[in-house]
Amino acid sequence: MVQVHFTSHLRHVVPTGAIEARGGNVAEALCDVFARYPAARGYVLDDQDRIRLHIAVFVDGIHVRSGVLAHPLNSDSELYVMQALSGG
Amino acid sequence: MADHLYVSTRKGLMIYTHRGESWVHTSTAFTGSPVTLTLASPDNRTVFAALNLGHFGVKLHRSTDAGASWTEITPPMFPKVESSEADAKAPAVSQIWALAWADPKNPNAMWAGCAPAGLFYSPDLGATWSLNEPLWNMPERARWFGGGTVDTALHSICVDPRNAQRVAVGVSCGGVTLTEDGGQTWSIAGHGMRSDYTPPNQAEDPVTQDVHMMVQCAASPDVYWLQHHNGIFRSTDNLKSWHEIKNAPVSGFGFPVAVHPQNPETAWFVPAQKDEYRYPVDGNVVVNRTRDGAKTFDTLRRGLPQGDAWDLVYRHGLAVDETGNRLAMGSTTGALWASENGGEDWSLLSAHLPPINAVKMA
Repeated sequence: MVQVHFTSHLRHVVPTGAIEARGGNVAEALCDVFARYPAARGYVLDDQDRIRLHIAVFVDGIHVRSGVLAHPLNSDSELYVMQALSGG
Repeated sequence: MADHLYVSTRKGLMIYTHRGESWVHTSTAFTGSPVTLTLASPDNRTVFAALNLGHFGVKLHRSTDAGASWTEITPPMFPKVESSEADAKAPAVSQIWALAWADPKNPNAMWAGCAPAGLFYSPDLGATWSLNEPLWNMPERARWFGGGTVDTALHSICVDPRNAQRVAVGVSCGGVTLTEDGGQTWSIAGHGMRSDYTPPNQAEDPVTQDVHMMVQCAASPDVYWLQHHNGIFRSTDNLKSWHEIKNAPVSGFGFPVAVHPQNPETAWFVPAQKDEYRYPVDGNVVVNRTRDGAKTFDTLRRGLPQGDAWDLVYRHGLAVDETGNRLAMGSTTGALWASENGGEDWSLLSAHLPPINAVKMA
């Protein structure tokens, strides 16, 4: 299972700590999480289901800067969804 | 007379209640979060607060107990454009710039104006929103452009008190657009405005005017007042035309305008140094008021800082209540003032608030 972690700034809409999810890429794993925590969706994705501009996504220790949603995951990948410091 | 004052600031929503002879700060909501705008129902039970959380986007909250408790609801969002992953230009709401009641006979109907400049309608107190497609698809929209921000902004919504199907919207920079059939069709209603920021042969193009704020007189709805990037304009013929007011003292530049709800001849403006710099002229915070349809103005300054002040008042930073006597005004440097006598005298409620985005009375 993929382990998904969200910035603690989002603790009012999604739990802190690792959340187990299924998915072969970032989009699938996030959708699996948002199915359980729907209020979190709009904090991470915009109207067009794009990753918000000032959200930083790390996969297995690498900051993925383009093609984030299609980025492939292994069955044991670790995903971090953080606030980018570019956002203030 | 309004007895609740909602102050939307960079770090929360400060709620004041009128007690005795003055306003008292009674509660704070969304502490630390940027609140950009509020809207309260006439009975002040239902209140909406728009937030812009930066990293995490635009949010909308609703209270049904006069701001004591809040529930997050779905904000207006643009329809999803297919294959938008590849289309970086597909729109997403970056700010809620206007909230308005859509129909006095239907307390659940609302309009929201956004950046980019989409107009959204909710039939159910904000539970669901839909983009007004006719305005969004109007060919002239291609000529709109951003003012102060990259995105265009729909910040002014005037619902005609005689007929809720008649709605005028102000866009920066897209002039004034009018519907008379509840949003099914739209027409350009910015004739008579003038811009200095376009080549001379385009100065009178009604589609590219930078409206900063537009208001309509509740008791004489043929009359609209408008603060524009290049000055003050007024329409007295139900938006058939606009004429420029050239005699405002101190400066014709500014962002807010408020009109007396019963008297179309009375309006308030907050002048600022134009236009490449934005601060009070000579460091003096003043309010320009006319009571004779802009034939003359009074520059009101009693109780406001004179000298060395840097306060700018944003377009939603000035409010007047239904009597026309009680006003409130908030600035970018966190000063909040109120008047009980139409702006003749102002009292400072706080000099230490966060930057103020909007004030609203209910």
